[in-house]
Amino acid sequence: MSNPHKPHVKVMRSQLSRARGLGSAQTGVAHWWAERASAVALVPLSGWFVIQVFRLAGASQPEVAKWGARPLNATMMLSLVILTFYHTQLGLQVIIDDYVHGKAHLPAGLLMKGIVFLLGLFGTVSVLKLALAGSSRGRIAAG
Amino acid sequence: MQDVRDALYVGQRSDGTLTRRPMSPHLQVYRFRLSMFLSIANRAAGVAAAGGSALGLCWISAAAKGPKSFSKVQKVTGNPLGQLVLAGWALALVYHFVAGLRHLAWDSGYRFDKKEINEDGPVAVGVTVGTTLALVAGILGVAICRSRKKAS
Repeated sequence: MSNPHKPHVKVMRSQLSRARGLGSAQTGVAHWWAERASAVALVPLSGWFVIQVFRLAGASQPEVAKWGARPLNATMMLSLVILTFYHTQLGLQVIIDDYVHGKAHLPAGLLMKGIVFLLGLFGTVSVLKLALAGSSRGRIAAG
Repeated sequence: MQDVRDALYVGQRSDGTLTRRPMSPHLQVYRFRLSMFLSIANRAAGVAAAGGSALGLCWISAAAKGPKSFSKVQKVTGNPLGQLVLAGWALALVYHFVAGLRHLAWDSGYRFDKKEINEDGPVAVGVTVGTTLALVAGILGVAICRSRKKAS
């Protein structure tokens, strides 16, 4: 700033507010970290799911319904569905950030998030229906 | 300036003076390396695995709906074409899993040297193909055995 020949930016803001605007937003690694954390969680969940696929291969609907009515299976399945679609949304956002530029970037991200959110919710409701259907049938039989 | 496109490569240094920004050569300039295929394949496998998971929701929702819907899904899973799609889903999931584990290792500071990355690439391909074949054959075998037992 001492050299008048070098161009520099003149601002009417205090140095503190300028520094705040320029500095870290404190969330720089949040997306990256969420992607890794969900990936780590999906490692054991995927292993569990492979075992379940071997148990359910060729199973009939009543057998699957019986399997889904067990609280442990429903809990693991819910975790798997929610984390899978959460991780999907994080990953697809990176792809959109890389390849979609300009005005289309924001709507593309929002559309992708909407679709993935609905898919994840659909899976969640399906798992819950399997999990809770057994108990309601028991109640009807008892009443 | 020989090319109008050069105008897009004019940048500013932090002291305000103008400079030419470096241009990176396009993809076809580089010699093909396995690691560059494995990198983009991981991204493609992630998208394919996500698409497969969306289709996989049909299975769990049909099971929640009832026997009628479930038999429709069984028609797809019993069809060779449907089984090919399922095998493709398995391949995408397994490769995304293997490449993801490599990424987690790299993030922790392991196997991140050029030599190590080049060594691990073919191993990742072998593990992916082997695991996928074992999974597909195993699941298909169990499913066939179980339906035969039911029929008899």
